[in-house]
Amino acid sequence: MAATRKSLVVFLPLAGFLVLSWFLYKGLFLDPREVPSPLIDKPAPDFRLESLESPQRMVDRKEMLGKVWLLNTWASWCVACREEHPVLVEFARTGTVPIIGLNYKDTRVEGMRWLSQFGNPYVDSAFDAAGRVGIDYGVYAVPETFLIDKQGVIRFKQIGPVTPELLHDTLVPMIQRLNA
Amino acid sequence: MIPEIGNFSLMLATAVALVLGTLPIIGAARGNLRWMALARPAARLMFLLVVVAASCLVSSFLHDDFSVVYVATNSTQALPVQYKLAAFWGGHEGSMLLWLLILSFWMFAVSVFSTHLPREMIARILGVMGLIALGFLLFIILTSDPFSRLLPAVADGNDLNPLLQDPGMVAHPPMLYMGYVGFSVAFAFAIAALLGGNLDATWARWSRPWTTVAWTFLTIGICLGSAWAYYTLGWGGWWFWDPVENASFMPWLAGTALMHSLAVTEKRSGFKVWTVLLAIFAFSLSLLGTFLVRSGVLTSVHAFASDPRRGVFILLFLGIVIGGSLALFAWRAPKVGLGERFEIISRESMLLTNNVLFLGAAASVLLGTLYPLVLDALGLGKISVGPPYFDTVFVPLMAPALFLMGIGPLARWRKANLPEIAARLKWAAGVSVLCAIAVPLIEGRWSLWVAIGILLATWIVSSSLVNLWSRVRPGEGGQLGAKFAALPRGYLGMLAAHIGVAIFIVGITLVKGYEVEKDVRMDTGDTVALGPYTAQFVGTSEGAGPNYSYLRGQFDILRNGKLVRTMYPEKRQFASKSEPMTNAAIAPSITGDLYISMGEAVSQSAWVVRVYYKPFIDWIWGGCLVMACGGVLALSDRRYRLARRSASEPAAAGVTA
Repeated sequence: MAATRKSLVVFLPLAGFLVLSWFLYKGLFLDPREVPSPLIDKPAPDFRLESLESPQRMVDRKEMLGKVWLLNTWASWCVACREEHPVLVEFARTGTVPIIGLNYKDTRVEGMRWLSQFGNPYVDSAFDAAGRVGIDYGVYAVPETFLIDKQGVIRFKQIGPVTPELLHDTLVPMIQRLNA
Repeated sequence: MIPEIGNFSLMLATAVALVLGTLPIIGAARGNLRWMALARPAARLMFLLVVVAASCLVSSFLHDDFSVVYVATNSTQALPVQYKLAAFWGGHEGSMLLWLLILSFWMFAVSVFSTHLPREMIARILGVMGLIALGFLLFIILTSDPFSRLLPAVADGNDLNPLLQDPGMVAHPPMLYMGYVGFSVAFAFAIAALLGGNLDATWARWSRPWTTVAWTFLTIGICLGSAWAYYTLGWGGWWFWDPVENASFMPWLAGTALMHSLAVTEKRSGFKVWTVLLAIFAFSLSLLGTFLVRSGVLTSVHAFASDPRRGVFILLFLGIVIGGSLALFAWRAPKVGLGERFEIISRESMLLTNNVLFLGAAASVLLGTLYPLVLDALGLGKISVGPPYFDTVFVPLMAPALFLMGIGPLARWRKANLPEIAARLKWAAGVSVLCAIAVPLIEGRWSLWVAIGILLATWIVSSSLVNLWSRVRPGEGGQLGAKFAALPRGYLGMLAAHIGVAIFIVGITLVKGYEVEKDVRMDTGDTVALGPYTAQFVGTSEGAGPNYSYLRGQFDILRNGKLVRTMYPEKRQFASKSEPMTNAAIAPSITGDLYISMGEAVSQSAWVVRVYYKPFIDWIWGGCLVMACGGVLALSDRRYRLARRSASEPAAAGVTA
């Protein structure tokens, strides 16, 4: 009796570890940063900025009212954006929604060179050199992407690169629903 | 070309690790001498290959090779050269390579300093470490290659995270990893002993110095990290109980318990099962810490959240290493004897209590760190556990351990006499109570917590002195000087480490009790009173550093109307970051720091300024360094040098014969 109890005790550390591993495994598929954004289901902050390509043209959020669109923040200095960029270029070709770029804390020369080198998925890019609009949108690192509906309300926010899975599983179904 | 060489040598190292992790262990089981003899050369070859790979990465950083993704993400042309070196461990891939580099360094060290070990033992130890290295090599090659290319190359890199551009950060990760990974040696010794079935006092004597080295490095590493947080994060805290800190603190707690338990196993051949388990725990917690920090389970960085592949890999590896060793433990431990008996009141029982308390503390830190994750996994919502939880559970667990720290070293092995100890410590107790009452009164404000803290700190110091005096008191056996010189370094190391703990406690107690923190709006010419000082805001100026521009405030510090010093806190704007960095100005002194950091500008000339007075805060890190010195003293103990000399002689004789 005493012997069996003792032999069970030595298995306790292993059992404890197995329970712990199960939680760690579950934890891997949860996103600790999935903090509900305070901007979701709120009107997208207004902005009116010069276009990256020409200082004479203005990019205005109000002009997008009535359309479902994506706002994608990017910068030429951002390595993660390079990873994301081909996905966006491919997606823009399908013509599902207009994508507006927010060129964040960049220079015109660098930004333009980037677009000509890697392709331009954007209908237009707003040039936010000072990062003011970025602050209004709560951007704390690029890339971030916002899905905005016909009434100008933010419906979804992606922190980090947009992936093909995200487009396929989340964004496209949401866009179809919002356009319906 | 250079990055490809690096990549290739990692692949070669993988092949070597595979050989090292299998043949010597099988050889030890079958008594095949040739296979066992592979262990040493294979470990050294693997070390060489990993050094080549690491040098390739360093060279890519120094040459600004922005066609390497890792370099482009973590460096920039204007980055000062010491930070280009530190950028090596500025991101995930490089940190993993550093981990591997240090692991192979420890393997190399074991292969050099193990001439006195039986060949089965050394074959198993290096074999086990080889398997761990194999896991990390596969992880690096399959999921975290630091050498992958970015073509065409970018013109300039993304810069190293400005928070890491600091002298403390150059040294902190290598020190920390030396400690973390150093526990792999004690772990490998424990697994080798379980495999071979020879858990005895010799096993404990061999693994003790390795554990002490690792513990010493870990202590310094944690200390540097905490000092770094204090002066770069800009709000004067020194410990935040955040998951990354906890990840390094848990192995420290388990490692401290292991050191004490090893002492019992060596001296009294007791606690064997317990010691083996603690050796497994200490390294498992190191691995778990790596997992928590690197998998993005708790604090995620952009790239990880979309890619759980790395996390799954580490978890699998964790499962094999920890699960496997705990299963081996469950299988083998019942065969291990219990060691000599001891009474309820004895040094053994006090060390056992110490172990339980430390392990309890480690478990409560683990619980607090993982609780949010567990709730999230069960779908019960997202919460965060903060300092209130940790302070509430940690202090009551540590206070009895600190009290025992005074008594334990005076108690006899096997059976101690409580009244006798009490008689010897009555003066120590009296002095401690007096200090506990006097210090808060002198500081001018009574506080129960300060009194308790000072009581425990002086209790540790005074009982250590009583202990020392009893050993060096002039009388039969020689004069004071001669007796002191004859004291074993291991004993002095223990006293030093304990006094380090006391210094540390004085630091945290007085900072918590008497710090002055003022967040004030200051216009040019405004003054603010701060403890014995007055700070006056003179104005701001602008300038540029190598890869940032700064705005610098000037503050004159007056004491009794006389200017004693001028302090210059800065706000630094790095090109690559949106938020400016706060660089606090700190005037350190042994009785307290003045700490000024710039907040936000509220008008053209007015700023929100954080002005802190932190009494005795440097004692926190001073105490850690004294603890580490204790570790170094213990390592310089004569018996280790003797053991090596007597061991190397027959070995040398064997070569000539």
